Amino acid sequence: MQLLLSIRRSRKETAIPVDRSLLRRFAPILTLILVMIWWQAITLFQLIPAFLVPPPIEVARQFIEVIENGLLLRHTWVTLQEVLVGLTLGVSFALFLGYLIAESPLLEDFLSPLIVALQSTPVVAYAPLLIIWFGSGMTSKVITCALIVFFPMLMNTIVGIRSVPRNLRDLMRVLQANRWQTFLKLEIPSALPVLLTGLKTSATLAVVGAVVGEFINASAGLGFLINLARNQFDTPLVFVGVISLAVMARVLYGIVAVLERRLLIWKKF
Amino acid sequence: MRVSFKNVSVSYRTTGGAILPSLGPVSFQIESGQFVCLVGASGSGKSTLIRVLAGLQPPTQGVAYLNDQAITRPSSRVGLMFQEANLMPWRTVIDNITLPLELTGTDRTTRYAVGQEILTLLDLADFSHAYPSTLSGGMAQRVGLGRVLALNPEVLLLDEPFGALDALTREQVSLDLMKVWERNPRTVVMVTHDIHESVLLADRVLVLSRRPGRIVADIEVNLPRPRQPRDIYTTSFIEIARQVRESIV
Repeated sequence: MQLLLSIRRSRKETAIPVDRSLLRRFAPILTLILVMIWWQAITLFQLIPAFLVPPPIEVARQFIEVIENGLLLRHTWVTLQEVLVGLTLGVSFALFLGYLIAESPLLEDFLSPLIVALQSTPVVAYAPLLIIWFGSGMTSKVITCALIVFFPMLMNTIVGIRSVPRNLRDLMRVLQANRWQTFLKLEIPSALPVLLTGLKTSATLAVVGAVVGEFINASAGLGFLINLARNQFDTPLVFVGVISLAVMARVLYGIVAVLERRLLIWKKF
Repeated sequence: MRVSFKNVSVSYRTTGGAILPSLGPVSFQIESGQFVCLVGASGSGKSTLIRVLAGLQPPTQGVAYLNDQAITRPSSRVGLMFQEANLMPWRTVIDNITLPLELTGTDRTTRYAVGQEILTLLDLADFSHAYPSTLSGGMAQRVGLGRVLALNPEVLLLDEPFGALDALTREQVSLDLMKVWERNPRTVVMVTHDIHESVLLADRVLVLSRRPGRIVADIEVNLPRPRQPRDIYTTSFIEIARQVRESIV
């Protein structure tokens, strides 16, 4: 607290940016530490029964156990594969179709009823159908993932390509750029910020898609593990599954964020 | 390179379906190496005329020529500078300037050599690796000028290139343009709102009427070169500027 106060004061008086940036870097970690302390306190003083919210120590012990017996790795790997394959499929199809739609409003008119209908239906509602059609293996989860990431990515692609400035398109025409050059040197870099925003959303949604599929019917994956633990009232294991999923989504998001920083250096100025 | 219009007119169809005449019919001829300014009230089709010359807008009637060849599409011998700098924000200054060369498949070493030469000419050498968002309006517009020069076009088209700049920056950039032109006189067609600017820069000023734009005056500017900004206070300059002003309706 003393640290926080002194930083705030020094900023007001001398406006040294270093202190602030240091605080900003450690702010998320501080929040996490506070949440852990709060969590430990709840269980320590038995404000909530331990079978509902297990103490952090208990969850940590469970973590070590499932890491050691290979259970966590096996289920994480299954979910991660579903997520990555589904994400790749959904995003590439959305990029392809989004580009076509952005260039041809007529195609949009034809496809919009389908797109709107599918987009406004909750995935959870039609996921059972996918299980019936594609079985309880990984395929149905991959398809759920692909479908859930498809729409946000499609919309971002359309917006990104359509927002390419008209003046720059004129410039490319005056310079007699061919179709491929216009795509590579104008449309892609111009739409990239919006595309990467779409990819960030998609990366986290992909995890949702895989878990939805696994909840309905599966024999492996973190969603399956959580379901199993729930049926056995093994709350620590449920926590392990949930935290693992959170970490997975956060890491995927982080990868895209790093990619964004690397590719959009010009945005920093 | 000679530029000419033979009875060119352009009409647009509005969204309501009505036909809106924008330009012409207009006929004129600009000799090779001549610096011509187009002035006229806004909405007189000046930009449309430039777009026809650039091959971006086909005339509704009549034909526009480069030498004796009809203009039907953009040509690499014609460079167009826009109202805004129109730079790609993700490219550095030198990569913006050398974009035209990149599109024609010139290798990187040659491209950068040409780019550096242009940057030096425009006093921008220190900024070659800066991103456009860090540049002032005047600098960005000079980069735009540099990009047009990269292909060394025989005809330079400028559509109100300094419209968004403040008076002093505007003067600086137009002097840069004059310097570039005097070093290598090529055909220049420039749209401007500023009568003094047109008389200071041009060999000849064409005045367009209100929509649909027609040429109402063709005024020779036979002031000696090289010209200086202070020339605008001489009696002969003022006399020509007055003539231009009086023909604008």
